[in-house]
Amino acid sequence: MNQPAIELQRVSKVYGSPPDQVRALAEVDLTIRYGELVAIMGPSGSGKSTLLTIAGSLEEPSEGRVVVGGIDLAKASRNDRAKMRRRLIGYVFQDFNLLPGLTVAENVALPLELDGTGARTARSIALEALDRLGLGERAGRFPEQLSGGERQRVAIARAVVGDRRILLTDEPTGALDSVNGEGVMRMLRTACRDGVAGVVVTHDSQLAAWADRIVFIRDGRVVDQTAPPPGPDSLLTGGEPSRGQW
Amino acid sequence: MSVRHALLSLLSEGPKYGLRLREEFEQRTGELWPLNVGQVYTSLQRLERDGLIESDAEEADGRSSQKRYRLTGAGWDELTGWLRAPSGVTPPPRDELVIKVMVASTVPGVDVHEVLQTHRRHVVETMQRFTALKSRADEDDIGLTLVADAELFRLDAAYRWLEKADALFRRSGVPGNGVTAQGRPGSGGAARGGGGRDVTGSGVGTERATARD
Repeated sequence: MNQPAIELQRVSKVYGSPPDQVRALAEVDLTIRYGELVAIMGPSGSGKSTLLTIAGSLEEPSEGRVVVGGIDLAKASRNDRAKMRRRLIGYVFQDFNLLPGLTVAENVALPLELDGTGARTARSIALEALDRLGLGERAGRFPEQLSGGERQRVAIARAVVGDRRILLTDEPTGALDSVNGEGVMRMLRTACRDGVAGVVVTHDSQLAAWADRIVFIRDGRVVDQTAPPPGPDSLLTGGEPSRGQW
Repeated sequence: MSVRHALLSLLSEGPKYGLRLREEFEQRTGELWPLNVGQVYTSLQRLERDGLIESDAEEADGRSSQKRYRLTGAGWDELTGWLRAPSGVTPPPRDELVIKVMVASTVPGVDVHEVLQTHRRHVVETMQRFTALKSRADEDDIGLTLVADAELFRLDAAYRWLEKADALFRRSGVPGNGVTAQGRPGSGGAARGGGGRDVTGSGVGTERATARD
């Protein structure tokens, strides 16, 4: 079994102060390993986005322990946390957040350059990441020359470029149609097969179904999760699958 | 999918041997619905009996796998009529999941939300298997993608229905955990939940279940 990438131990998050407190997360225990794609599902207001921002060290928990890439966040300095975020974690949100004046390759290389990598090296790492994710031919284009699905895939390439092995995404397929949304999920799968730990927050069961494991969250608590998938061969055993029982 | 009509559509491309029909059927449905040999050959015999296909008499040594079949005029009419006939879009007369959820809301000691979550998990686990099948397949394999997607959209609808059911039960005050459902008259949750169950649960359950029978 792979090493844990993210460990949440009895993590709670409370917003506001009494009497108007809102408990967004309550004693959440969750481990996500490298090479694993995990979906977090729950209705709006269930705490799934809070879970993501805490796991990504964009927010601090009110209680509990968060360990990311082997680093206990409570014991790390602000500086170390910021460095960890830059080097280890990629974020993809609903908006693509690509810079319109830069080409695809420049967009992907940018976080590396901001982190001190030389321009030439950053570019070659960016091109390698784009190639691996099937976007090599798009490297010289500008974001506005791409389809919505392609832009979001570039955002994923940018999120995993370099050595970043943790990919945190919140409704990453946003307003894309289902074919393009599927392209994004295929790409997340590819990244995770290459060893990245991926987390997808979504309310869409068709997207969540791309994950190795689906964690259900409700009222800030983890209430359930799926068993490890038995593989598609199990569909072949019963003739017409699940007919008549949804 | 009707095996009969699948066979007719394969024969619309030209005469084929029984064995080849079986292989093509498996390929085109993405191997999701494997048939046993008997199913194909029984269907071929019935189609021939009904005059929708015919076989080459000279090659008929009694084994359907070795016979060559072709579509008759009546077979064409049947096939083209079937393509345009309404598909079963009306709901099934009795959907077991719907019945289970309604019953769960009325049975003392049963937490309907936990039952709903269990079904959500079942549904999404099945979706994971179809998605894995799709992700392993070649992106150009449209046949397999279509078959898998049909199941995925159907399961997605079930998932959404379960989500809405949960929200409706929450709003109507059906208790959120097993403790309050165990019949503790002293607790506010049980009193509120009990009322919700009686009114919303059994009332709706009886009405719908009857209507769907």
